Amino acid sequence: MIRVITAISILGGIGALFGALLAYAAKRFAVETDPRVDQLLGVLPGANCGACGYPGCSGYAAAIAQGAPTNLCPVGGASVAAKVAEIMGVAADTMERQVATVYCRGGKAECGTRFQYDGIPTCKAAQAVGGGDKLCTYGCLGYGDCFRACTFDAIHMDENGLPVIDEDKCTGCKRCVLACPRNIIGMRPASALVQVRCLSEAKGRDVRAICSAGCIGCGLCEKACPFDAIHVHNNLASIDYSKCRNCGLCVSKCPTKVIVEQLGTRPKAVIGDDCVGCTVCKKACPVGAISGELKAKHVVDPDKCVSCKLCVEKCPKKTITMQ
Amino acid sequence: MNLLIIFIGAILINNFVLSRTIGICPFLGVSKQVETATGMGLAVTFVMTVASAVTWVVQTYVLERFGLVYLQTVAFILVIAALVQFVEMVILKSSPTLYQALGVYLPLITTNCAVLGVTILNIDSKYNLLESMVHGFAAALGFTLAIVIFAGIRERLALADIPKPFEGFPIALITASLLSIAFLGFQGLL
Repeated sequence: MIRVITAISILGGIGALFGALLAYAAKRFAVETDPRVDQLLGVLPGANCGACGYPGCSGYAAAIAQGAPTNLCPVGGASVAAKVAEIMGVAADTMERQVATVYCRGGKAECGTRFQYDGIPTCKAAQAVGGGDKLCTYGCLGYGDCFRACTFDAIHMDENGLPVIDEDKCTGCKRCVLACPRNIIGMRPASALVQVRCLSEAKGRDVRAICSAGCIGCGLCEKACPFDAIHVHNNLASIDYSKCRNCGLCVSKCPTKVIVEQLGTRPKAVIGDDCVGCTVCKKACPVGAISGELKAKHVVDPDKCVSCKLCVEKCPKKTITMQ
Repeated sequence: MNLLIIFIGAILINNFVLSRTIGICPFLGVSKQVETATGMGLAVTFVMTVASAVTWVVQTYVLERFGLVYLQTVAFILVIAALVQFVEMVILKSSPTLYQALGVYLPLITTNCAVLGVTILNIDSKYNLLESMVHGFAAALGFTLAIVIFAGIRERLALADIPKPFEGFPIALITASLLSIAFLGFQGLL
């Protein structure tokens, strides 16, 4: 027993002695660092993902103190950028949150294979064997390289062999974008709620032959769009997000369901009591959802309204609201 | 004369890295540039010399006196860890550039087996305090010599036309082994 006590006390004594010496040295050799660096490190997410371009959060914190931009952290997004800007005493640079998007809807059920691939189960390896086993050379191989690359648990593989991105968890770090050997995953602003989920530039007939969920370049979306925001180039529809108003008309028209939207419940336009019956909204509505006679209160048919908000902007009395 | 034998022996004949193969982690990790390699060598030299002295005192006056020799490894690691902390503070204060250059390898001296190795070898060889310090200092100089030579070669290797499979660590390891064979030539020196 006495040996145990001696051992503990001797070793503890040595430890305490060194501890005291180190504590003294810490004071004696204290280096004045920029106190903002510690504060910045406190507000940064601490994921050390490197998406800002600096080696970890501490590297970025030091760089901000030296004058680096405050909005480089995609993980923290606008809220962290605002806090960082507050510490640095500069105006926050706004940044639109970017989320990863899988531009392919052709899972196992929609798009077949050219041959049976039994090799290493990664997309990179499959891609190296004759360009992948998928019939479509633009489509998702489904071996989950993106799923393994994601450090934020935001990507899951569904039963159809397609990655599903949880946009609430996605931080926009772009690891999945880099991991995908076919460049199927891209970044888009989180506010862009309608996407064409296909990258195939093959002719419509060729796409139809191999995949039931590919863009065939039929142009129905182009005709449906009231805002001239979607166009077919090289047999592939693409959306101009500066014009798109997330109305979803193209989504409902697309014959292969390759255009998808994230809008859950859409707010509908409601005309208030200040309406003087000027008919401006009626003329502005691209889908004919507004009806009413001149100088009488107009009404919106909620079944037809696509929440494009054009009437809200056009109304001279500012009496239309989205509810 | 005895001290000179210990000194030369530790640097050339029983070179820690190339002959005893201990301290390989920093040897491979911090040897991409001569400048950082020199800095690492200096940090290790300081830590190893002081660690040799302090551990000898701890061993002789504490552990042996109280019959606690079985706690040697734990106690020595404690000493080394504290010393490394101290060196880190001093370097941060005196040379932030060197601190940046050494990066993660400075705290890693704590687990650098060369440091623990030299302290235990001192005890096993029954050196006295002065001999321990000379041995620690010389072993660290040997480490510095090896890492600086190696870094010099690797700086040239970075520019050389190396077959793809050998790029990076493979060619570095081959170089290290060739260097080790070269140091075998010192075997008959004493």
